[in-house]
Amino acid sequence: MGQGRGRLMSLFSQLLEFFGDADNWSGSRGIPVRMLEHLWYTALSLAIATAIALPVGLLIGHTGRGAFFAINLGNAARSFPSLGLLMLLVLGLGLGLVPALIALVALGVPPILASTYAGVRGVEPAVIDAARGMGMTETRIVSRVELPIALPLVLSGMRSATLQIVSTATIAAYLSLGGLGRFVIDGFAVRDYAEMVAGAVLVALLAIALDGVLVLLQRLLVSAGLTGRAQRAAATQEPTAEPAAELAH
Amino acid sequence: MSWDWVSSNLDRIGELLAFHLYLALVPVALGLLVALPVGFLVARWGKLYGPMLASSAILFSIPSLALFVILPGIIGTQILDPVNIIIALTIYAGALLVRSVSDGLRSVPGHVTQAASAMGYERWRQLLRIELPLAAPFIFAGLRFVTVANISMVSVGALLGIGGLGELFTDGFNRNFATPIVVGTVLSIVLALAADALIVLLQRVTTPWARAGGAS
Repeated sequence: MGQGRGRLMSLFSQLLEFFGDADNWSGSRGIPVRMLEHLWYTALSLAIATAIALPVGLLIGHTGRGAFFAINLGNAARSFPSLGLLMLLVLGLGLGLVPALIALVALGVPPILASTYAGVRGVEPAVIDAARGMGMTETRIVSRVELPIALPLVLSGMRSATLQIVSTATIAAYLSLGGLGRFVIDGFAVRDYAEMVAGAVLVALLAIALDGVLVLLQRLLVSAGLTGRAQRAAATQEPTAEPAAELAH
Repeated sequence: MSWDWVSSNLDRIGELLAFHLYLALVPVALGLLVALPVGFLVARWGKLYGPMLASSAILFSIPSLALFVILPGIIGTQILDPVNIIIALTIYAGALLVRSVSDGLRSVPGHVTQAASAMGYERWRQLLRIELPLAAPFIFAGLRFVTVANISMVSVGALLGIGGLGELFTDGFNRNFATPIVVGTVLSIVLALAADALIVLLQRVTTPWARAGGAS
């Protein structure tokens, strides 16, 4: 016990030393710049992934065509080792932001697509019939009825995508990308454990904070009239922490 | 693709494959071992459900590379110790499976448990014979998820020197040689799909009453 405490204290003091050193807070290798880089990669890839996955997921969910694709894409993508994907892209396209971004987007699309599809499929047919009976066009049905009702699941897909992207962006530091992963990779190269742990702690905090922001967004954006039922639906449809795509079928 | 490299490195590839499986699957078993009692407690005391969900989400959101690095500082292992990978993946598996177990147990309708106790089932027998089997689709879905996720996550450990098939990635990358990366990627995917299929089969065999795969 005492030994454990001593270890934690020394870890803590190493971290304090790293975070207390002004050099680590300034310049292009400083914590703020690395944090912003990481956020930038994440936001950019998430935006592109959403721009691709949301319309496709809505379309497949609305028409029911390509359902097999939507359901299995998520599972297939999860089995793909992200490090292998990154390295193959870099060997093919060379170092730089573009190959890394392609990998991050590729990993972000499947969870959003699968859960958007599941969300739209979960809308009660009677609701859609009613909308059609009221004279809504198909596009209006998608945008005014199906999307709002599917929103909780769309956002939970975006949560999974964000985690995947933040995590893979960390790994991408090995392939000379910036971001918080740099501290871990550079620290490992010179066996500077304090630097590694500092980077790891920062990236963990960033991931937890981003997840929290998306949970908050879920609370704010989802229609209040829906939340009661949406939660109940999510409880029956969503046996894992992943989007309902998993068991709904 | 250099097949010569493949044929002359078969032994090493086999070793890494076995080690990869070991690093990925031991945590699934350990995670389930932890998740069953904890999930049971959470299902019993509804008040624990919210905090459980929150802590599971927090643990699950920590990027794997970060957890691999932070753990040695907390538990006092060397950074190159495979135990770090096993414990980190156990944390992910446990965090997710606790949710599957408690969601599954909570999904058992009240009238079913009432009928069971009216029929004279005592506490533990009811849990084992009635509630767990009914929760099985949730638990199997969770197992499939964590198994596939673990198998693809193990490779990340290669950045710290221990990553099963992931070591083929770093090898190939450092020599600017694609073959090992392709081989490692393909084997890792095949491993994940095979493990997934095996769990589906296990589910079919152990829960013959519910057409496996959750198709209902």
